[in-house]
Amino acid sequence: MDFSNFLVMRQEIGVIALFVILLIYDIFAAETKAMRYFRPLACILTGAATLLGFLFPGHEAEAFGGMYVTTPVTMLMKNILMLGTFTVFLQAGEWLRKGDVLIREGEFYTITLSTLLGMFLMISAGNFMLLYIGIETASLPAACLAAYNKYKEKSAEAGAKYVLMATLASGVMMFGLSYLYGATGSMYFDDMVPALAVQPMTVLGFVFFFSGLAFKISLVPFHFWAPDVYEGSPTATTAYLSVVSKGAACFVLLITLHHVFGAMTDIWYPMMWVISVLTIIVGNLFAIRQKDIKRFFAYSSVSQAGYIMLGVMQDSPAGLTATIYYVLVYLFSNMAAFGVITAVENATYRTDIAAFDGLSKSNPRLALMMMIALFSLGGIPPLAGFFSKFFIFASAAEAGDYVLVFIALINTVVSLYYYLLIVKAMYINQAADDAVGRIRTDRYNMTSLILCTAGTLITGIASCVYGYIGSVGF
Amino acid sequence: MIPMEHYLIVSSIMFFVGLYGFLSRKNLLAILISIELILNSVEINFSVFNRYLFPEHMEGMFFSLFGIAISAAETAVAIAIIINVYRVTQEIDVRHIDKMKY
Repeated sequence: MDFSNFLVMRQEIGVIALFVILLIYDIFAAETKAMRYFRPLACILTGAATLLGFLFPGHEAEAFGGMYVTTPVTMLMKNILMLGTFTVFLQAGEWLRKGDVLIREGEFYTITLSTLLGMFLMISAGNFMLLYIGIETASLPAACLAAYNKYKEKSAEAGAKYVLMATLASGVMMFGLSYLYGATGSMYFDDMVPALAVQPMTVLGFVFFFSGLAFKISLVPFHFWAPDVYEGSPTATTAYLSVVSKGAACFVLLITLHHVFGAMTDIWYPMMWVISVLTIIVGNLFAIRQKDIKRFFAYSSVSQAGYIMLGVMQDSPAGLTATIYYVLVYLFSNMAAFGVITAVENATYRTDIAAFDGLSKSNPRLALMMMIALFSLGGIPPLAGFFSKFFIFASAAEAGDYVLVFIALINTVVSLYYYLLIVKAMYINQAADDAVGRIRTDRYNMTSLILCTAGTLITGIASCVYGYIGSVGF
Repeated sequence: MIPMEHYLIVSSIMFFVGLYGFLSRKNLLAILISIELILNSVEINFSVFNRYLFPEHMEGMFFSLFGIAISAAETAVAIAIIINVYRVTQEIDVRHIDKMKY
């Protein structure tokens, strides 16, 4: 056997190594003083892995007979997901040091890394079997993360809802894959492409396959799990699900739509058109009436997924670049917002929007960071969110789909309204009498906040970021 | 020899019975059983396509094997979570697990 194949999948091996190191450290250091160094170790190693990934871009290669495919684009996607995981680790630490979860502190990191491994595999898959295994590896531990606060009723409920819906979605997806296999006789992407023609069986297979992925991205007819799971899960898990898990599924959809189902564009383009419009509108309208901030961000992320679909649909270099750029900017903005939510929740034990009343008086810096993040999500010009929306709309307009761009533009105004509701709570509403004073966040969370806010401010203005993604793409 | 279509009809019926069960059952364990029906129907599909249409390669059979293993893992995780729900709420009826519904 040729072991040099393994060198190609160095990012996966890096994640596995990280997983094993942390697991062994957790087992042997449990309930001793050495556990104090667990969190710095986990954060530094993950940060180093992210940095190394960005510093050494790889080249195009195949391993295991085409089962595993890696290109500079997929490596960039994985680095972005790794960056998201790194910020989640930075933010999760404070919550993991409290109450009944302390004894399970190490497990959070290892379970999160195993879902990340699944996402890496599904992005690099060259075969639908590996894709399926990757999706399962990503979604089963994610259910455990959702149910992590095991003495809280909401968390248990969120875990049950997530695991049942995820299994149903993967079952539906496998059913679609079985018909695709019946029609083409292979599970390899490259072998399926010539055999895929528009006929009832392949269309049926594609629609079922798409439904399974749409569940992961929480596109509209399949979004019903998202608000409940996001509200009930621990905040760190919510951030992870809304950024990393969603981003990975978007990347997979981007790859499979164009590489495998390229011949069926006439079938999926109208379908995706309707779904993205519905996703944007429904996400926006439901976000307006939310009272809980995590539920609010669930609907906000549903509508953001709709915007990402605008880029995913375009079969052009601009569409690909805009999608990756959008996910990167969305990662920075959303993680900055979740950093503030984590800080407020750790101090007040509340997640309703009213907990943010008068935050600008008691914690001006936290309120400012939250405002920057929200403005970026809404797409206000100097921030990165404006540029990511601009490029996504430009790629859709390039393809001549002006109606879709118009609908999305109108919805951007609606989304500004509800993002401003939180800014209003922070800057205009008076604080209640029992409001907390100055919140002291720990250094890790502060680092993640500074990292994400800097990312939100810089990635838009520094055109080299978009240029870099574009140069990697082609 | 039994024609292929008969197998496909059985597996489709299994799939939609599972889907109906998922939507209509009120007990979390019954919902889990419905999902198992869906997964098993998929495995029948893969094996039948492999045996009748493409007997030269074993890809479908492999997918079935992996599918069986993964569905076992899924059941284990789901049952662990359902047990946890029962411990917290003393209830596995979905009509009472509605803390975040409204």
